[in-house]
Order: sequence, then C-alpha cells, then structure tokens
Amino acid sequence: MNEQVKIDLDRAERAEKLQGMGCKRKRVEDIRFTQGKGSYVDDLKLPGMVFGDFVRSPHAHARIVSIDTSRAKALPGVIAVLTAADLKPLGLHYMPTLAGDVQAVLAEEKVLFQNQEVAFVIAEDRYIASDATELVDVEYEALPCIVDPFRSMLPDAPILREDIKDKMTGAHGPRKHPNHIFEWQIGDKQATDDVFAKADVTIKEMLVDHRTHPSPLETCQSVASFDKVKGELTLWGTFQAPHVIRTVVSLISGLPEHKIHVIAPDIGGGFGNKVGAYAGYVCSVVGSIVLGVPVKWVEDRMENLSTTSFARDYHMTTELAATKEGKIVGMRVHVLADHGAFDACADPSKWPAGFMNICTGSYDIPVAHLVVDGVYTNKASGGVAYRCSFRVTEAVFAIERAIEVLAQKLGMDSAELRMKNFIRAEQFPYQSALGWEYDSGNYHVAMQKAMDTIGYRQLRAEQAEKREAFKRGETRELMGIGISFFTEIVGAGPAKNCDILGVAMFDSAEIRIHPTGSVIARMGTKSQGQGHETTYAQIIATELGIPADDIMIEEGNTDTAPYGLGTYGSRSTPVAGAATAVAARKIKAKAQMIAAHMLEVHEGDLEWDIDRFRVKGLPEKFKTMKEIAWSAYNAPPPNMEPGLEAVNYYEPPNMTYPFGAYFCIMDIDVDTGVAKTRRFYALDDCGTRINPMIIEGQVHGGLTEAFACAMGQEIRYDEMGNVMGASFMDFFLPTAVETPKWETDFTVTPSPHHPIGAKGVGESPHVGGVPCFSNAVNDAYAFLGAGNIQMPHDAWRLWKVGERLGLHA
Amino acid sequence: MIPGTFAYHRPTTIDSAVALLIELGEDARPLAGGHSLIPLMKTRLASPEHLVDLTGIDGLNGIERSDGDVVIGAMTTQHSLIGSSLLSELVPIVRETSLRIADPQIRYKGTLGGNCANGDPGNDMPALMQCLNARYVLTGNEGPREVAARDFYLGAYETALAAGEILTAVRIPIPAPGHGYAYEKLKRKVGDYATAAAAVMITMAGDTCTSASIGLTNVAETPLWAEEAGRLLVGTKLDEGSIASAVAAAEAITDPASDMRGPADYRTKMAGVMLRRALERARSRAKA
Ligand SMILES: Cc1cc2nc3c(=O)[nH]c(=O)nc-3n(C[C@H](O)[C@H](O)[C@H](O)COP(=O)(O)OP(=O)(O)OC[C@H]3O[C@@H](n4cnc5c(N)ncnc54)[C@H](O)[C@@H]3O)c2cc1C
Repeated sequence: MNEQVKIDLDRAERAEKLQGMGCKRKRVEDIRFTQGKGSYVDDLKLPGMVFGDFVRSPHAHARIVSIDTSRAKALPGVIAVLTAADLKPLGLHYMPTLAGDVQAVLAEEKVLFQNQEVAFVIAEDRYIASDATELVDVEYEALPCIVDPFRSMLPDAPILREDIKDKMTGAHGPRKHPNHIFEWQIGDKQATDDVFAKADVTIKEMLVDHRTHPSPLETCQSVASFDKVKGELTLWGTFQAPHVIRTVVSLISGLPEHKIHVIAPDIGGGFGNKVGAYAGYVCSVVGSIVLGVPVKWVEDRMENLSTTSFARDYHMTTELAATKEGKIVGMRVHVLADHGAFDACADPSKWPAGFMNICTGSYDIPVAHLVVDGVYTNKASGGVAYRCSFRVTEAVFAIERAIEVLAQKLGMDSAELRMKNFIRAEQFPYQSALGWEYDSGNYHVAMQKAMDTIGYRQLRAEQAEKREAFKRGETRELMGIGISFFTEIVGAGPAKNCDILGVAMFDSAEIRIHPTGSVIARMGTKSQGQGHETTYAQIIATELGIPADDIMIEEGNTDTAPYGLGTYGSRSTPVAGAATAVAARKIKAKAQMIAAHMLEVHEGDLEWDIDRFRVKGLPEKFKTMKEIAWSAYNAPPPNMEPGLEAVNYYEPPNMTYPFGAYFCIMDIDVDTGVAKTRRFYALDDCGTRINPMIIEGQVHGGLTEAFACAMGQEIRYDEMGNVMGASFMDFFLPTAVETPKWETDFTVTPSPHHPIGAKGVGESPHVGGVPCFSNAVNDAYAFLGAGNIQMPHDAWRLWKVGERLGLHA
Repeated sequence: MIPGTFAYHRPTTIDSAVALLIELGEDARPLAGGHSLIPLMKTRLASPEHLVDLTGIDGLNGIERSDGDVVIGAMTTQHSLIGSSLLSELVPIVRETSLRIADPQIRYKGTLGGNCANGDPGNDMPALMQCLNARYVLTGNEGPREVAARDFYLGAYETALAAGEILTAVRIPIPAPGHGYAYEKLKRKVGDYATAAAAVMITMAGDTCTSASIGLTNVAETPLWAEEAGRLLVGTKLDEGSIASAVAAAEAITDPASDMRGPADYRTKMAGVMLRRALERARSRAKA
C-alpha cells in the first residue's frame, strides 16, 4: 500500500472513531428511553411524600361567592386545602408571568376561564386528593363571558381583569380598554401606506392561526421538598428552563437562590408547554414549605390541554402590495392576539408578540408595517411557542398563505412568484424591513432543488388534468399542491434585544476532561427529547478529538449545570452549541501548550490532526488528547495550573435564520372532506449538520405536529366558554396510521457568525409545515373559487367548503 | 383522570354474579374488558361503588355454531372475533367490523358483550347486530331470556337489561351463503368512534336484490336499524335511483349530535355516504 493511502486510511479511521459532527450517531439516551428506564418527575418517590390536586372552575367567568373546605378537610387522609385566602398573606395568590402581567395561582374573587385553579387539596394519596376535590364547595355567581377576541374591546364588553382595571398602562405601554393588554407596532407606517395607495395590485386576507396546544406526552408536574432544618428547597419539575425557574422561585418566595435546588430530570416532550411557571408548581412548593414534607403535583391530560399554555390564536389581517409583474412592494399586517385570561406568553420580555416581525418571510419586501393588539378573553392563558421560535409559526403562516393569495390574484404560479421575490444570495446579511438581520441564505438554489426533485411542472400538469376530469364528473377527488418556503428566526438571543425578566438570553457550557481523557460536560439548556446527550458530545468529539462515547452530557440540575436560559425556540444548538464549541476551543488552546511542552517544541510548530497535536512535517511525533489530558493533571508545564476544563457563557451576536422549501401533494375526497397527503417533501437548510439522523428525526416529528395543527388539532370553546375536546378522544394527535410519509432533503448554508455554522432545526419543520398543508388544501379548491379556507382542515370543515360551493349533488 | 373508590368482586359463576348484582343494586356494575367503563370512571362520569368482574366466569367465552345461529359468548374479545375462522366463513362482516374498532390493544381486552351491553351509540357492534338481526341472551335470577338487538336499545346508555341481568351470549342467525356485506366507517383517526358508519347485508338473485338489512352507527342516541331504507332496495337492481332513495330514507331517521366530529348535518350526510359506499361494496361481493 502506498504511504499516502495508508495515512489517509488511518486518519479516516481515527475520525470515524470519534463519531463527531456529521456522523449519524445513534441517540445514546434512547437506550434508557426505549427500555422504560427513563427517570421522569412522576417516577420520583420520596419518603413521606403527599399529593396535591386542584379544584377547578366549571365556569368561564364567575364571581366566587364562597369557598367551603370543611367537608374536604374532614375526609380521612386529607392533610390541607389551600385557597387564595391562604396564599394571599404570603403574597402568592398571584405570580408574575414572563410577559409582565400577573396570573392567579388560586382564584381570589373571580374565575376567568373554565378549569381555572380555585383550591389545592393535599392528601396522603392521589385518590384521596381527587375525591376531596369533589368535597370542596364553591359557590359561584356566573358572569357574562368573552370567547370571541373581536368582542373583547367592545364598549359594553364585561371587564375581565378587575385586578388591573384601573391600570391603563401595561408592561408594554398604554392600554386602550380594560380588556386590552398591549399594542405593539413596528415598521414604517407612512411609507407602507403610501406604497399600498399606489400599488398595481393589493390583497388583503384574514388569516387565522387557530388555538391549539403543544400536548407533550408527559404532562406538567412537580415535586417540591422543603427541608425546614436547612431552610432549603428542592424542586423537581418538568422545566424546559430550570435556571429561570430557580431565579423566579427565589424572587417570589424570598428564599436565597443558593438554597433552591431546581432539578429537571428526563422530560417527555415540551414543545413550549414547559417553559412557563404554573399554579401547580407554586402550590406544591407552598404545600411543602407549610407541611415540611414533599408534595407531588401531576397534571392529568385534560388539565394539560385545558389549562397549561395553549398556542397560537392569532387573527392576522394580512396585506401585500405588488406590481402587476409580481414584485412585492409592501406588506401590512394587523394581528388580533387572543391571550386568554392572563398574559402568560413565554416570549423574551421586550417582545410581547414574539418575533412576529419575521413575517416578511424569505422575500425582499422593501417596506412593511405590523401592528399587534393583545386582548384578554375568558380562556386559558399561554400563547407559548409550540415547536417554534416565538410566534414564528404564526408569522410564516401569514406570509406563506398571503403569497398564495397574491399569486392567485396575479394569475401567476406561486412558485414563480416566490422565486421572483426571494432575497438573493448576495444580499446576505440582509436587513429586513421589520428590523432583522438575516445571517445567511441561498433561497433560489434550495427552491430549485426542491422543485426539480418533486417534479413540480409534471405535478401541475397532472393537477390541470384532474381538474378537468373533476369538472366532467369523472372523479370526486381534488388534487392540491402546497408550497411553503420559510425563513425562521431562532437562537435567542443577543442581550441587546433578548432577556427574560431581565436575565439576558445567553447560554453556557462547562467541559471537564478527566485525567484518563474522558469527559463530562454540562449545559444550561435542557433536552426534552431533542437528543442533546448525543449531539453536544459530537461537537466536543470533533473539537477535541475525543470519542463521543467517552463524553457524558449532563443537563437539568441547577446546582451543577452552568446558568443557562433553557431549551425552546431552537436555541440549544445556536446558543449552547456555540458555547460548547467555544469552551472546547479554550481547552484545545491549553492542550496545545501542554503538547508543546511534552514534545519539547514550540506551540507554533504543532498542528491539530483529528485527535492529536502533531509536529508540523513530522507526523510520527504527536500527542493525543488522551495523553495530553493525563499530563494536564500530572505533569503540566511549569507555571501552568493543572487540570483541563473550561466554561463558556455565550452571548450570540445575532439570531440564526434556518430556511427550507416544502411541498405537499394532497388528494381530497369532496364527499367526505377527508384529505389524504400523497406526498410530502421537506428540504431543510439548518447550516452545518451535526447529526443527520437526529435532524431527520426532528424533521419527522415537526412535520407530524404541523400536519396535526393544520389538519384538525384545535382547542375550541363554545359560546359559554366551555373548553371542547380537551382529551385525546378529540384532540387530534395523529398516530402512525394517519401520519404521511416524509421525504427529507437538505442544502447547507452555514451561519457565518456561529462557531460551527449551525443554525438549529428542531422547529423548522413545524413552522414550514403548517402553511404547506394549508396551502395544499387551499390550492385544491382554488379553481372552484373557494376563497380563503381557514384551518383546521378537518374533514367536516372541508365538507362544508364543498357544500358552500355546491359540490354535493 | 383518577377514579373514585370502588370494591372489586370476582365471581366464578353466572348465578353468583347475578346474585351479587342484585344484592348490591344500583351501585354495582358488571366489568368486562373495561375499555368503556374504566374511561368513564377515570373521568368520574361513572362512579360505581362495586365492580363485578365477569372474567372469572366459565362458559362466557367462545364462538360456536348451534342450530341456525352462530353463538358468541359475551366475554369473547374483539380480538378473538377477528381471529375466528368460523365467523370469517359464516358471518365475515363481524370480522370486518371488529377490525374497525379502536386499535389492537383495546381489542385484546374489549369484549363483544361489553360492546353490545354498553349502550353507547358510538359502539360499532350494536348497529351490526341489528343489521344481522342478532338476539341477546340476558340472564338474571329467573334464568335466561332473549331480546332482539333491534329491541334492546332504548336511549343513550339505556338498554333492555333489567337490574341484575347479565348479557351472556349473542346469537347471530347464519346469513345465506353468497350474501354481500360491508361495514363502512368514517372516523378521524385510529381509535376514534365513528363520525358515521353503516353496516349492510344483502342477498342477490341474478342482478335483483332479494333482501337488504342496514344498520347505522353513531348517528342517533341509539344504533339504528334502517328498516325502510332496506325495504326500498328489495326487488330493485340496486340502480342509482333505488340507492338514492334508500340513502335518503336512512338519512331521514338519523338524529346525530353535533360534536367535535362535526355538526349534525354533516354526520347525517356521512351516514348516507357510508351507506352508499357499503352498498356498492356489498353488491360487488354478493354472489347471485
Ligand atoms: C380509545 C378507545 C377507542 C375505542 N374505540 C371504539 C370504537 O371505535 N368502536 C367501538 O365499538 N368501541 C370502541 N371502544 C370501546 C371498546 O370497544 C370497549 O371495549 C367496549 O365498548 C366495551 O367492552 P368492554 O368489554 O371493554 O366492556 P366494559 O368497559 O367492561 O363494560 C362496558 C359496559 O357494559 C357493561 N357490561 C359489560 N359486559 C356486560 C355483560 N356481559 N352484561 C351486562 N353488562 C355488561 C358494563 O357494566 C359497562 O357498563 C374504544 C375504547 C377506547 C378506550
């Protein structure tokens, strides 16, 4: 064998052994998850532990006349019943929300949504606790309720939040009505209005991204254990952001932060549901402080769907202005945001409507103006980012539906219209009309690749034939082609515009190499199933030349992990992933000095080679990272402190902007309204790809949730404010049978400002998927003059479209 | 999702089960596979104080041919219905319908008797049993009596079962060889109850329909036997005109609730669409 070939083979073998970036490494956490050996909050059993359960309001809006807990307290096994009256002296009957509002922990004078927490029963077991909730007698005086957000600000609307009715300035400026939360504006109104007044073509459409719920498999839960002797609180819970929870608990309880141990063990999915703080957490903490024994609270499915954090409920009046050739010249959007009874949106504090201003999408739109009005209604609070960065699904839905409406008005193919308006590769970094700086993109290439792969022209030809056949009565099926080309904004974020209650949105990594060359690394993020234990190890493996299997990743214990802002908004890779690379590079720099000392050469004479430093020009003279680690502890160079570890708190200079091109081919049975997805193709560009298999898994999951949201998932209320379908009987969680088959593809446009060029991918498929499905449905009916068809596109609603169009004999 | 307190009983004979049910009265409920009753208990829509589990009773299980009937023990699981070669040969529509119930895990536990006795219009077996003109054997302390499936359902969760009675067996008259059959069910997803469903049994002589029986699921407070719709098909060639009038007659007797599956008008129309599709499939299967 030729010498060079031998060297190359040896290098390839060494690189492969690392299972570093780019490797389809199997998820290490799955070994325990697939064997039922995960350790979740509800698995926790502590000596003397007792259980809490809530008494909830049957009314959407009612005055509480009286609460009588005596029958409940008399039930054997009941230890305590907490009401607002018990929490009030502690100042805990309300808690601060992330959005600058307050939220009732236990309702004091009024209930504001059905299933609102009214009392917390603590008993020796869960059955007794549940029995006792039926024995708490609450007398209500029903009040008229508001379900439709368009009625919130009517002059005669009932005032919902009496606790703040005189406070005409909220956390985000003046309020126009007692049921108004905020008005948020961005962009150039005058310039936009001028463009619209002069434009050749304009469109205006009310696009509703309806209320739904992230519904992770594991519901929200906590166990609080207060040690009266030490004055220390340990709180286990389903926390996507454990450090933030620790800070918030410290601020509201008055306990010093070092005496609070917040631990997020394995989490069974989050999707935004586990970012906020909930009444159950507070009540378990108060219960444990008062009783001195551990208190467990576990939400059931109905409670989860109907109380802890809905998503969406954005009513978006979306306008585009264009030339008759199809060049978009302006965008104007007004959003009416239904926030429910409290403003408990989980957004960075300065962003009451999240990053809704990414709504200009992937297009070079010179001027735009966005106004968002948030209002209260008698529904559960939340407004969390359900598998997306803050309000990004809503924003992308608005632009990607609007562009279809515009294409139709122009009589132009919508793929062509997109191509015509994309931001061009050479325009990056691109300054958007609504204030963002897009880091990198190559949209035309991605779109062309997607169109070529699915055979876009042929599909349009097939559709044209099908439409003719339908008109002739030869088929009862409609074919729709859905397109979406999304740009996300993830990885919050730079301290200048991103903080949560004043805590800047950095993230962190702490890497420690043991003397024998294996590693423990801890991050400020918290996986809920994303596979962090696998992928962070791959970053370190490549950066430091240590096999991923020798690297343990730990998250979730606030005593040991460095402070971080947690996992949501696809921020783990963009922020903590960057911290990981930077910390690793600090270690590598020290390792290089040690290697130079060991090899008795100058540092500059060394070069990095996969898992070792070698002397330039003398490849047989090298020290592996493993050897260096041993020396770092036991024989460091003179005057160098022993050990090999580093920590990095990373404040990102910018967000990252993943993008992608999605296509959906759908066939709809007009007689039943049942839609079948024939084909779904998803091309994602998330920059550098750390683990292609995990990316594919994330895309599959995100698309499945997008499919659910678009095609039937909803949290609906009747006119009395009763929440409908809040169980898995009705709430559409697709099984493997309903879920379409996914085809995935990619291009790679690294982020220029990220240490490894990665952008994040966990949420892209959801963000891009929802409008893609909706566009397919709308496209199917478009030739019949259906107009805009709102989500969710479940069978009966599509059947109603056919009914309206006179398609049923 | 936490049930109330209850006592659990596990009798080993029909007599002792009946005696227990009579002794415990209103507060007791028979327990079969538990896949309707336990979800109701977990949401506290039902809070029986006593559960009388029928699992330990001999002789409630099995599928056999007896005189002109197929007799199925009440505790026979839905899974066993699917696996039975006797049923596949003689009454294949039972297998076809069973396969549309819930999912495999539920069918391993859920029983035919529980499905029929439950009285929930969402269950698939009752309309099928009406379509097949099955008879339910009800056993109380005065011994067994038979009630036709077509007479059994009085309202939502209201049946002809008297206090202390247990459904012990279902007797299905063996249909004519060469009959055409189909069960068409529209549902939102696996594991969902029907938006609407139709069971159809027909016999053909040449291209003329000589008998037709139709059952409808989940489009009224009770399962529906669409007698008139069936009658309109007999003697016809199942041409478009007669199918349309049968569909109209079937739709006319529906009275569905509006729920998350869709508003009432939709569910009525879906009963019609399911019937039409079931008729088409049944005809294609019938041997003259
Ligand atoms: C997620 C889910 C989806 C489902 N989907 C469907 C579906 O699509 N179609 C469908 O038909 N069903 C469906 N079911 C219900 C399932 O088929 C049940 O198994 C069935 O309805 C009841 O049978 P069981 O043996 O489980 O009865 P149980 O739940 O034990 O009992 C049901 C009721 O009947 C009474 N009972 C039971 N046996 C007798 C008897 N021998 N004599 C007198 N009274 C008796 C009980 O007291 C109780 O009131 C679903 C269930 C679930 C949980």
